[in-house]
Amino acid sequence: MDFSSGMGLILLIVGQCLLITVSVLLCLAFLMYADRKIWAAVQMRKGPNVVGPFGLLQSFADFLKYVFKEIVIPAGSDKVVFILAPLITFVLSLVAWSVIPFNEGWVLTDLNVGILFIFAVAGLEVYGVIMGGWASNSKYPFLGSLRSAAQMISYEVSIGFIIIGILISTGSLNLTKIVMAQDGLYGLFNWYWLPHFPMVVLFFVSALAETNRPPFDLPEAEAELVAGFQVEYSSTPFLLFMIGELMTVVLMCTLISILFFGGWLSPFPFLPDGVVWLVLKVLFFFFLFAMVKAIVPRFRYDQLMRLGWKVFLPLSLGWVVVVATLAQFDVPGYARWVIEGV
Amino acid sequence: MQASEMAFYFFSVVIVVSAILVVISRNPVHSVLWLIVTFFGSSGLFILLGAEFLALILMIVYVGAVAVLFMFVVMMLNINFDQLRSGFTRYLPVGLLIGLILFVELSLVFSDWVPANSYDYKIQNSTIGDIENTKQLGLVLYTDFVLYFQLAGIILLIAMIGAIVLTHQRKRNIKRQDILAQIYRDPEKAIELKDIKPGQGL
Repeated sequence: MDFSSGMGLILLIVGQCLLITVSVLLCLAFLMYADRKIWAAVQMRKGPNVVGPFGLLQSFADFLKYVFKEIVIPAGSDKVVFILAPLITFVLSLVAWSVIPFNEGWVLTDLNVGILFIFAVAGLEVYGVIMGGWASNSKYPFLGSLRSAAQMISYEVSIGFIIIGILISTGSLNLTKIVMAQDGLYGLFNWYWLPHFPMVVLFFVSALAETNRPPFDLPEAEAELVAGFQVEYSSTPFLLFMIGELMTVVLMCTLISILFFGGWLSPFPFLPDGVVWLVLKVLFFFFLFAMVKAIVPRFRYDQLMRLGWKVFLPLSLGWVVVVATLAQFDVPGYARWVIEGV
Repeated sequence: MQASEMAFYFFSVVIVVSAILVVISRNPVHSVLWLIVTFFGSSGLFILLGAEFLALILMIVYVGAVAVLFMFVVMMLNINFDQLRSGFTRYLPVGLLIGLILFVELSLVFSDWVPANSYDYKIQNSTIGDIENTKQLGLVLYTDFVLYFQLAGIILLIAMIGAIVLTHQRKRNIKRQDILAQIYRDPEKAIELKDIKPGQGL
């Protein structure tokens, strides 16, 4: 069959979409299990250990449980928006994967503005939370969604500035080019984490806040808001919220790996590059996310806002100026413009 | 019909229908949601034009930030929109008049107006070349239009300062948190350990 035009091309694209979706979701099932296991290990519990060998199939059992439960829709809710909200969260977090390069050329759409696309999609994810909280027509979800909206917007600003720093160094918004710009003779010392070091930490913390993970899980703070915007959700809609959130977490891990840690590039010059490295890096950052969840206590809301606006924003904005200056004067490591032609 | 034409009509219909729904929705939150759909349609049109940078900036700025704030306001303030709408028929003629004037102005502008030749030429030409969209914008924005760009920035800055001045009032009788004092609190000084004998109080 001809895969370069017409029906063949459409089939090929659909096949690629399915491949990415299925593999991401499958990985997610085991990452969710890993998350719980790590959390349990820190607290000296066993964690899920009943379903399947070592409890490996726990996520699938949970999945079945969620799907077969009854969907409860509150009588006073705005029904269409109520159902739409989890769908938005889920679909958006899945859509962002379409521009992620897994290896050289292994990308669904090699978009010129890939990083901008991810940023836009991550910005839209706040709608799932706001709509869910509002449509529930209840106090706790509403408060949770307001908190979450403010939080996600605040930290998006600093994420944006950090990304701009990377873009100045690379001279392109294409994710593949961002990775290729980090290729070099010195393996892992060529990656952006070295010249952009302070921003790695900032990006990691901002990613925690952006994905509503502990210690920034104020939107669902169970102590004061029960479960925030998810209170009224049950069954499959709740599952969609949960998968969507976790998928965004994994996406953020992938983004850190691509922006600062060379994506699929091998850390040592004598080893070949490959998708394995990307997977290892993502797993490492996911482990860090899980450890943070287990170790760090939750922030107070005013401190969260202060950190976002009064610490991260000036720091990342200042860093953009620093990087621009360094790149202008060709300091090694800061200006790696790989695009040809003007 | 070509695929791009079909996409154009699709996005146009989406924009027009959702824009109408913004106006006629009873619930203000639904209006904002339809507004977001309108933004989506417009960014689709930008992509059709090959302006993917503008399309995504539209999404980030308008959908990701502006519309969220709209939503905030609409959800928080309990505005009675039915009351606001009660004068609909009374103000209809004025609204139609304004719309008509705007329409006439726009049609005059677009029938007769030619963009400055040099820039038009530059932009047209660079679209054909394989320089990416973002770079084209940068090449024009930071060279020929740098003053206008800076001016726009200054206007935004003034607007921001204005908003802050308007809302920032230091009230005297409010308890404030001194974050630094909280951070530098020393557990050694804040906590005192006492050895209490059984049967005795402090």
